Amino acid sequence: MSATDTPAGLPAPASPDTASRSPWGEMLHSLLRSGTFLTGLFILLFWVVCALFGQYFVPYDPLASDIINALTPPAADHWFGTDQLGRDVFSRVIVGSRDILTVAPLATILATIAGTALGLLIGYFRGIVDDIVSRVLEAFMAIPVVIIALLAIVALGTSKVTVIVVIGLSFAPIIARTVRSAVLAERELDYVAAAKLRHEGALHTMFVEILPNVIPPILVETTVRLGYAIFAVATLSFMGFGIQPPSPDWGLSISSNYGMIGGGFWWTVLFDALAIASLVIGVNLVADGVHGAFND
Amino acid sequence: MTDKNALELKDLSVAYRVGRRNRAVLRNVNLTIKAGEAYGLVGESGCGKSTVALSVVRYLPRNGSITGGSIALDGQDVMKLDSEALRRARADSVSMVYQDPGKALNPSLRIGRQLTEIFELAGITGQAATDKATAMLNRVRISDPVSVMQRYPHQLSGGMQQRVAIAMALANDPSMLILDEPTTGLDATVEAEVLDLIGQLRRELSASILFISHNLAVVSNMCDRVGVLYAGMLVEEGSTKDVFNDPRHPYTVALLRCLPRGGQRKDQGRLDTIPGFLPGIGATIVGCAFADRCALATERCRAEPPPLYDLGDGRLSRCHYHDNAQSLPRATPADVPAAQPKQAPPVLQVEGLNKTYGSHGHPLRAVKDVSVSLRPGETLGLVGESGSGKTTFARLLLGLVAPDDGGSIELEGKKLAPRLASRSEDQVKAVQIVFQNPDSALNRSHSIRHILSRALKRLGGLSGRTLDTRLEELVRSVRLTDRHLAVKPRQLSGGLKQRVAIARAFAGDPRIVVCDEPTSALDVSVQAAILNLLADLQSRQDVSYIFISHDLGVVRYLSDKIAVLYLGRIMEFGPSEAVFSGPHHPYTEALLSAVPKLDRTESSRIRLDGEIPSAANPPTGCVFHTRCPRKIGAICETQEPQLTEAQPGHTIRCHIPYAELARLQAPKITAAEPA
Repeated sequence: MSATDTPAGLPAPASPDTASRSPWGEMLHSLLRSGTFLTGLFILLFWVVCALFGQYFVPYDPLASDIINALTPPAADHWFGTDQLGRDVFSRVIVGSRDILTVAPLATILATIAGTALGLLIGYFRGIVDDIVSRVLEAFMAIPVVIIALLAIVALGTSKVTVIVVIGLSFAPIIARTVRSAVLAERELDYVAAAKLRHEGALHTMFVEILPNVIPPILVETTVRLGYAIFAVATLSFMGFGIQPPSPDWGLSISSNYGMIGGGFWWTVLFDALAIASLVIGVNLVADGVHGAFND
Repeated sequence: MTDKNALELKDLSVAYRVGRRNRAVLRNVNLTIKAGEAYGLVGESGCGKSTVALSVVRYLPRNGSITGGSIALDGQDVMKLDSEALRRARADSVSMVYQDPGKALNPSLRIGRQLTEIFELAGITGQAATDKATAMLNRVRISDPVSVMQRYPHQLSGGMQQRVAIAMALANDPSMLILDEPTTGLDATVEAEVLDLIGQLRRELSASILFISHNLAVVSNMCDRVGVLYAGMLVEEGSTKDVFNDPRHPYTVALLRCLPRGGQRKDQGRLDTIPGFLPGIGATIVGCAFADRCALATERCRAEPPPLYDLGDGRLSRCHYHDNAQSLPRATPADVPAAQPKQAPPVLQVEGLNKTYGSHGHPLRAVKDVSVSLRPGETLGLVGESGSGKTTFARLLLGLVAPDDGGSIELEGKKLAPRLASRSEDQVKAVQIVFQNPDSALNRSHSIRHILSRALKRLGGLSGRTLDTRLEELVRSVRLTDRHLAVKPRQLSGGLKQRVAIARAFAGDPRIVVCDEPTSALDVSVQAAILNLLADLQSRQDVSYIFISHDLGVVRYLSDKIAVLYLGRIMEFGPSEAVFSGPHHPYTEALLSAVPKLDRTESSRIRLDGEIPSAANPPTGCVFHTRCPRKIGAICETQEPQLTEAQPGHTIRCHIPYAELARLQAPKITAAEPA
């Protein structure tokens, strides 16, 4: 129906001189006007700054124990109080962002690379390749991350690399599915037929012709996955499978302190929990903004 | 007819807000439609036709606003209505029919439900509403309304859907009916059917009609008066006959010249085009909006905006030199190089080509026993309704789809492998295609330079300096310039994009180029330029075309031979002139009679009933017998006719002998072909 899309379907710019912004420029423009995105970005950047430079401005060494002042409630000296070893909770929360903000993004990047390659492959070849690989991916997705993590840790031992690999590989199938459906739509377009009529190889067609056109859904899925990855890293740390002591990691701190909530020492847990929540919310707001910008 | 005006636009101006600026789309449009009158609005895309329709019902998109003037429907000022009164006006007095009926109908509601809903709004419920709905469907000539009411939109053909949409629009007995390109997406045969229906309804109803179309011939057949819109301004208005026979604005003159008319062929001269481009929306227009593209323009035109001159007899023209408009010189020279005598051995020889798809266990024969041959420098036109196998045949040639075993495709005497992957590099580059939709055919992530360089590298086997030199030549041969190379496809207009697609197909000096509806998405002036380009490239490079189009005028202009396809079978094959001038197969006859003609001559009115049968379950005997207007009897139902040679090189698949066809069609042919 030509009626409603008149403004978008306006006479295409007559000559390149009058051409408007590129699609990416347009997206950036709409992102920078989205309150959701900017709020999320602000939260995310706050934690990134903490992770990078937190150690230089925190009032105390997050690892230094001070048994005499153990478990003091929040006060002027210690804004968020101290934990059972007398470590400053505020300093630990700030610096505690470092490990999670290394592990979660790396895991997401791994998931994106693996998932994109796999999704391109099954979306492009379809047929039996798609049938087999898709069933395997579905079976894989049915297993909870925690179980996979347990098995991997038994096999490989605990380390940040294990956590990255476990989360990366368990998220890859989800990204692969998103990429697959985008590729299925894309491969029906005539430029793919035109590539075949040049005898282009499958790799060229997949990575040079199709990939640039499926970047938007990949970007959206990646930001969404980052939120889940942060949550997964915190969960694994909490369960002891993830980041190991003495790191001031949030999940780890909660895990070592949550037994004391009953004793009224709420501050040892609350601030770490809020930190996780705020980071996840920040990333999700960014993801929402990116999604909106691509689907306007 | 009464004196009351059904619709009156006074100085209507509309703007769209794009990038924080209001951009004018309509500029002081004055337009009056009398009660019972059919008014046609024509112009190229981007001229503001649809915006007029949307403004009338105040249904502009969110960024659109009416910046001046007034709209009166039945004497009622639409601008002053509050939301409830506006709703009532929309419900009671004005209806719209859109281009794509598939999108206008709700896919998850049965037709009956959607129709009765309208009567329920008017307070009629239950059986009474159902009865009224049935009556409405009868009115739009749907023969089995009860069963149609039970169906969902996707179970109806495009023509049936559009009838239902028209029935819905007429349900409230509107005084104003707005038709926005109502037949644009339909096959010519279905278009003819829908136009006939609208014509008949006009006589039965009192409704005034605003008919919007880019197709001048359709408007000339449907409307009493016509207005030509250019850059959001009415540039010419008058009775349909006057405007099309005696245009007084250079834009109208040029628009009419772009159409291949009266059986014009490529060796009789090139089509005229309109140079330059439509001013972008919101562009500041100093003098006459058309001055930049008008060969008659003088200093006065560039400085002083022409008023809408009243020429008497209800004729208006926005041109300072309206008396001379028809002396507009041609934008393209008419002369063409003399046609080469074509005695060379065939470049393409197809024998007994078949393609069967498996469809739920039933074989679906998309292409059946097709044999054609084509010489270098010739064009084979493929015509037929959608579903006749044109595109499948093209894909078989290209190797994108593998044919059934048995048939053969020979290129310059050498057999082509059925699959693209097993063809040699030389064979691959020899058969290329220009797709219908350049947006889909050009990778939107790549620059034009990348797209063409890659084609030259893979198809031309070039690299480095030689590639750059050849790239420059290639770009110039399709009349693009260097500055087009740096941009992405979306920054080019439809016509420029199609030029890039043509350049890509020509990168490896092909022997055969398949053109699959290459101009159907383009405006007429752009279409003319693309057809000229294709004709030029052909006469220079001796390339052969397989040209697919639903527009028979376009096919006729470019083709030397025609194959008429129906359900995957060739019904008629022969030299273009023989096929078009007849005697021809009854199906060809019906296709030709369905084409709306600009000169309003009433052609032999052969209309095909119903739709093309399913290829999974084709009729017995002659596959066309279910719709054939000249069916002779039982033999048509039981025995499939052979393609028999009527004249040397001209074959027809029909039981009726050639001499008898000639007798049957003779009087009508003279009426249909005044050329």
